[in-house]
Amino acid sequence: MNSFIGFVKKEFYHIIRDYRSLIILFGLPIIELILFGYAIRNELTSAKIGILDQSNDHVTHQITDKILSSGYFELYGYFQNTKQVDKAFRDGSVREVIVFGRKFSKKLGDGQHADVQLIADASDPNMSRMLIGYTTSILQNYERSIQPPGQHSLLSVVPEIRMFYNPELKSVNLFVPGLIAVILMLVSALMTSITITREKEMGTMEILLVSPLKPIQIIIGKVIPYLVLSFVNVLMVLGMALYIFHVPFRGGFFIFIMESMLFTVTALSLGLFISTTSTSQQKAMMKALAGLLLPTIMLSGFIFPVTSMPKILQWFSVIIPARWFLVIIKGIMLRGVGITYLWKQTLILAVMAVTFLAISMKKFKTRLD
Amino acid sequence: MRTIRFLLQKEFLQIFRDKGMLPIIFLMPLIQLLILGNAATYEIKNIDIYIVNQDRTPVSRKLQDDFLSTKYFTISGYSSQISEAKKSVQEGKSDMILIIPRHFERDLMNKRFDKLELLFNAENGNAASVSQTYAVSIVQRFTRQWEQNHPSLLPTKPQKLINIDTVNWYNPDLDYSSYMVPGILVILVTMIGMFLSGMNIVKEKEVGTIEQLNVTPIKRYQFIIGKLAPFWILGLGELAFGLLAAWIIFRIPMVGSLFLVFFVAAIYLLVVLGLGLFISTLTDTQQQAMFIAWFLMVVFILMGGLFTPIESMPIWAQKITFFNPIAHFIEVMRRVLVKGAHLSDIRYQIMVLASFAVVIISLAVSRYKKVSA
Repeated sequence: MNSFIGFVKKEFYHIIRDYRSLIILFGLPIIELILFGYAIRNELTSAKIGILDQSNDHVTHQITDKILSSGYFELYGYFQNTKQVDKAFRDGSVREVIVFGRKFSKKLGDGQHADVQLIADASDPNMSRMLIGYTTSILQNYERSIQPPGQHSLLSVVPEIRMFYNPELKSVNLFVPGLIAVILMLVSALMTSITITREKEMGTMEILLVSPLKPIQIIIGKVIPYLVLSFVNVLMVLGMALYIFHVPFRGGFFIFIMESMLFTVTALSLGLFISTTSTSQQKAMMKALAGLLLPTIMLSGFIFPVTSMPKILQWFSVIIPARWFLVIIKGIMLRGVGITYLWKQTLILAVMAVTFLAISMKKFKTRLD
Repeated sequence: MRTIRFLLQKEFLQIFRDKGMLPIIFLMPLIQLLILGNAATYEIKNIDIYIVNQDRTPVSRKLQDDFLSTKYFTISGYSSQISEAKKSVQEGKSDMILIIPRHFERDLMNKRFDKLELLFNAENGNAASVSQTYAVSIVQRFTRQWEQNHPSLLPTKPQKLINIDTVNWYNPDLDYSSYMVPGILVILVTMIGMFLSGMNIVKEKEVGTIEQLNVTPIKRYQFIIGKLAPFWILGLGELAFGLLAAWIIFRIPMVGSLFLVFFVAAIYLLVVLGLGLFISTLTDTQQQAMFIAWFLMVVFILMGGLFTPIESMPIWAQKITFFNPIAHFIEVMRRVLVKGAHLSDIRYQIMVLASFAVVIISLAVSRYKKVSA
């Protein structure tokens, strides 16, 4: 036991002495959360639009004003012909162009149809969908406002719509919990993924192997220091989420901490697993990078909803720990649910952690070859 | 020249001899392209809808069927209890609730309709607002049909005054893969370039072989070229390989000139390799090099406009993205491949990337010393 404590101490010294790694361990989460917490948004704000007005009368001016004052759009400029439109799309100056047909107000007055064309740059499909949606609803509102009175139909009655948990539809409430998962995964798995490979590469592994420490003690001793440091990270990140980004926290504090620690253990054991199966730091890093970073960002439901993916990927996402952790922390933070709703995800994470630890233990060679 | 040739030979031998690295260089990107290209979609499908029907008349059942007959909604539960539905949302089993109130049909006859409720789980704001659009349009279609079947209820038809015609240029099917895949290719090329070059020199430092290189008569520029050129070639090869795979698998559009893509890629890779080299001069161990490279990579990816548009960021963050080479190259790839941009349309990006390349490589070269500390 004494030798084990000594080993854990040694690991601590290793980490703390290396100030560059320490900066990474604590600085990286802070910088990332601040940067991404503010920068990762997918709401529509001040999209650049152009206007091609073939009527140039008071009605089209009025509609243009309405569109520009909505806050979603910003005027890039007026176009005279479609050739300019093409050029502006290609060099990325505008996202949408609104084309008013000829004799707009005259046609309206005569009871004919006036024509508007909305051209969106659909090379970004999500953006173009939002742009067209917003512009259409502004135009429809205008149309409704000029209807003769007494002609309202059922169509003008909208069903009551309520948005639970995030009534303002702020993307930050979704992305900050996601970032917590990504950051914990990154720091924990990355850190451990190279610890054992490094000893192998540096040759110090031999010294560890001839010591009276058992493999299980070596592995656990490698994990403990990172677990402690990650705990500090969890608190830090949570504090920032609450006090800087004002993400709602409706659930229990204790369960949040416990679940975060469980996820950290899973991430650490994943890192260990990579570490024991790689022969060089470079390989371990590439594996961790390709195998953890992108899948955690893309397949966990952090940005893209899992249920919209092809079935095969949905099955695949089952093995990504962050996917389950995201369900858990979104549940705790946004929906305020407790363990009775989350036991399944918790169990899955626990099984993953145990499995990876067991495999690492088995793969951990006590001999050099 | 001979020296450089030998150096190149040595580097290539080292890369290709390592059986563990080869699959990482070529197989991993392919798998990632396959997975990520399919995963990165904002399209909302399979919305789990919980239906609370307190009316149970043919009319309410018609509305219910209208929802379920679209490809967007799948039913996750059905009851007459609102509390059951709310529980299902809280458990995360349902994304939305449709509540058809008692006397729905009678209310419709009286032209009252305001009790119909649509409740969404808005954790994912984007998904919720898209689901809302789908749901509202289904309700509108339902009421329109209902009005047509009961013309007596309608005094005069509302007039359609403005004809709105919408056109989606460049990508009429709103296909996500043609938006995402070019960006993902950039990420893959960057990963290979930055990590391999970043780790390469540090590895020589760590293992100690850098001393052997330092005592040889190799000049500094020869050393740098010898270290960068293999990865530059590898990166371009990777891009060609990736483009081919993307074309075969995803049928991504290639409207613009491929030559232009490779021309910009050649400059871009210089920036990436320069960054890798710069990192390796700052660090002593592969661990440190990897951490820095990894950190930069995450920042570059998440702030590169790949997943969330740069325009949606606050102004200060948009300004920061000027220094993000990935953002510029993603922009170029999308413009050229999807929109068919010409050289003149992307000259700004090319200029920025070229100046980055000059700055970062000269920084790296000036920091690299042929003596060990």
